[in-house]
Amino acid sequence: MNASPNGAILSAAGIHKRFGALVVLDDVDFAMGADEAVGIVGPNGAGKTTLLSVLSGAYPPSAGTIAFKGGDVTALPATQRCRLGLVRTHQVPKPFGGMTAFENVFVAASHGAGLGRDEAYEEALASLKLCGMLGVANRRAETLGLLDRKRLELARALAAKPTLLLLDEIGGGLTDGEAGELVETIRELRRRQIGIVWIEHIVHILLQVAERLICMDAGRIIADGDPQAVMADPQVIGAYLGGGPK
Amino acid sequence: MSAAVIARGTAASRIAAIAVAAIISLLALAPQFLSAGAVDRMTALFIYVILAAMWNALAGFGGLVSVGQQVFFGLGAYFTIRLANAGLNPFVSLFVSAVVVGAVSWPISLFMLRLKNGEFAIGMWVIAALTHLLVNLDRLVQGETGTSLISLNVYDASTRRLTIYWLALASMAALLAVLFGLLRGSTGAAIRAIRDNEDAAASVGVRVTGTKRLLFVLAAFGIGVAGALWLATAITFQPKTYFNVQWTAYMIFMVLVGGIGTFEGAILGALLFFLIETWFGGAGVWYLIGLGATALVFSLLLPRGLWGTLEERFGWRLLSVGYRVRLPGIAENPAGAIAAPAQSATSREKA
Repeated sequence: MNASPNGAILSAAGIHKRFGALVVLDDVDFAMGADEAVGIVGPNGAGKTTLLSVLSGAYPPSAGTIAFKGGDVTALPATQRCRLGLVRTHQVPKPFGGMTAFENVFVAASHGAGLGRDEAYEEALASLKLCGMLGVANRRAETLGLLDRKRLELARALAAKPTLLLLDEIGGGLTDGEAGELVETIRELRRRQIGIVWIEHIVHILLQVAERLICMDAGRIIADGDPQAVMADPQVIGAYLGGGPK
Repeated sequence: MSAAVIARGTAASRIAAIAVAAIISLLALAPQFLSAGAVDRMTALFIYVILAAMWNALAGFGGLVSVGQQVFFGLGAYFTIRLANAGLNPFVSLFVSAVVVGAVSWPISLFMLRLKNGEFAIGMWVIAALTHLLVNLDRLVQGETGTSLISLNVYDASTRRLTIYWLALASMAALLAVLFGLLRGSTGAAIRAIRDNEDAAASVGVRVTGTKRLLFVLAAFGIGVAGALWLATAITFQPKTYFNVQWTAYMIFMVLVGGIGTFEGAILGALLFFLIETWFGGAGVWYLIGLGATALVFSLLLPRGLWGTLEERFGWRLLSVGYRVRLPGIAENPAGAIAAPAQSATSREKA
């Protein structure tokens, strides 16, 4: 089965994900181009993070297929998808706590991007610099605060040289100033032609980057398109406020 | 691009490398000046260092805490007995046996590495107990009566003692070198990443299972060498002595006291264990109680072990496998942070 429209770098068709009796993703179809920046919003429990996990290969879908760069990757584990250029960050940061920030990022550059030693050093330093982490490069990740852990998530994913980056709530808990820096960083990634899928609750940050917005609710995509139009969609408003039209 | 430089060693670590080479050369010459008893004790020390380094690599760097590593110690000895009995030179048997142990560990890893944390730790103990029983079934071993590496008897006692000493020294040096090379390279970074967060490691392209398998097999091989060498010094093989969980307990003791997850720590821990055994080993049950109490005190008061504590407090890095970023114009404080406020606060605390 190949539902990917022409030009789609990532496409998912008929994705279901169940945990026991709980249906978290219910027939999700999703496709995006290589140069798109897609935002995903939705109330808690809508299935956003699960969708990201299924796309990145953290766990397999219960049904459906996923294609990346023209090949079926449904059966590929996260390691292989990362090496193909499909890289995610984690909503709750998962640093390598006993390693320094630099070492965290170096692992991604040498294994994810498959770079040799010196190139991996360069890439790791460049990623840390882009995320404003050079100053804490030698700190063990477990000693970093939440903000730096989130930055490290991003820096580490970047060092794996993604063609498509899946971001899971990296803006949560940021001050306006910090959020502004984050938006600048993401814009820089856009200039480098890295495709972005970004789950975020802080919609005004998201809308500074996203050219397309998807709203999920109860395991389904309920709206998809121009961000302003999606935000004005009565179904979307209903999903957030409850009791809206179905 | 920033002009940051990645430093692997320090001035101290370059001196340490020379010192290690010098110490190994001196140890190679040492038997000329040592009594027969001292040569045997030193051989035991080399074996302890191998055991500690291997368990540390597995648990401290790879996060694979096992309480069943005695399975490879016992098999190292057992396969030596088997190979020597089949007519292979006993000294050659020691190393062929270790290769066989490594080969056997591969299929074991296929199912054991699916287990996590405590399940893996206890599962390995079960494997060890099971293997012990299987070895007892071998008629050559005669159950717990045991057998001996009788083919070593063709060499006179002095030749035997010296050969085993040098083989143990060479094995220790070679295994430490291989381990250091592995842990210092990009595979070593992957190993530590898996220890800290397996899912995150997979998400940034680390081959989790293959990397763990490599480490598991290497540790099995190293501990197999140690078991074979122990047999060569002891001559007699009784399964219950070799498949005894005390071997893993010793490994854990050495690594915890020395400093888990640091290369230097395992070596220091082996040395401490050796000294404690030399001085108090005759005290019977009180010796074991003392060992247990020492381990307890360390895990409560110095959870990073001796070396880990020294490393943290003074920034000592002798055989470091880590990476340090040096930024131009910014001085590094001993703890390794680049003038970061949180770290200077801790420094003040300690001062």
